[in-house]
Amino acid sequence: MKVKVIVTLKNGVLDPQGKAIQQTLNGMNFENVSEVRQGKFFEIEVKEDDETKAKSLVDDMCKKLLANLVIEDYKIV
Amino acid sequence: MKSSVIIFPGSNCDRDMDVALKKFGFKNQMVWHNDQSIPKSDLIVLPGGFSYGDYLRCGSIASKSKIIKSVIDFANSGGLVLGICNGFQILTETGLLPGILQQNKYLNFICKNIYVKVKDKKNKYFKNIKKDILELHIAHNEGNYFCSDDEIKSLEDNKQIAVTYCDEKGTEADENNPNGAVKNIAGIFNEKKNVLGMMPHPERMIDKYLSGEDGSLFFENLLGNMK
Repeated sequence: MKVKVIVTLKNGVLDPQGKAIQQTLNGMNFENVSEVRQGKFFEIEVKEDDETKAKSLVDDMCKKLLANLVIEDYKIV
Repeated sequence: MKSSVIIFPGSNCDRDMDVALKKFGFKNQMVWHNDQSIPKSDLIVLPGGFSYGDYLRCGSIASKSKIIKSVIDFANSGGLVLGICNGFQILTETGLLPGILQQNKYLNFICKNIYVKVKDKKNKYFKNIKKDILELHIAHNEGNYFCSDDEIKSLEDNKQIAVTYCDEKGTEADENNPNGAVKNIAGIFNEKKNVLGMMPHPERMIDKYLSGEDGSLFFENLLGNMK
């Protein structure tokens, strides 16, 4: 089955790319944009039909490789 | 003294490091990342570059290569491991060093000479070094060192901060911080101080006609301390 993961920077961690995107959007007359945080999205095809097992495997992958828990949080969606 | 430089796909400072190590008397050998083990060495160097194209996070893929288990075992048994630039990023991703190197604060790739202050000399790398302020070269996009407040406190308490960005007089002000690194950190040790990771490239400062010689001081001094 396919498991989807979103990795984002933790609150309070500087995101210079997000900031640059926000400023560009503001410059394009999207004045209502007050903050942009950039993250990563993964779609992982796991050879496992049991959803709980598949998600538990992906959780392990997130901790070991996909996210660096010093600065990032992850969410399995 | 025997040294080994590990080459990853995308390493690009491996041969510069090889030249520098040999120039100052190390018997250096190059080791491919896919090898299972490292030949007998007194020093292991993870060189600069863009291992695996900086995919996912800088150093993250290299930190899972086959050879890394041997590097970690060597470090845990007290062996000297030096990571420069991408090598520093790989060391943080392996967990041998705390924290992470984030993208530079102002989003630019920085390539210039800088000054660093030697913060601790009770270690093999900087003991007896003749200068407290070294002029070295940096070239990176992700050199903005970051770690939690607790980790910073423990780095300071254990004197694990190795070098910090400063000006030529040694002033560590914000304007001398090229990339936004917390506390101007340019390099740190592990707790035992046998593992050193730093963003500046000493191997680029070993020729007085081409660049400068503060890198020579670093290598000569290191070799002297290892004998």
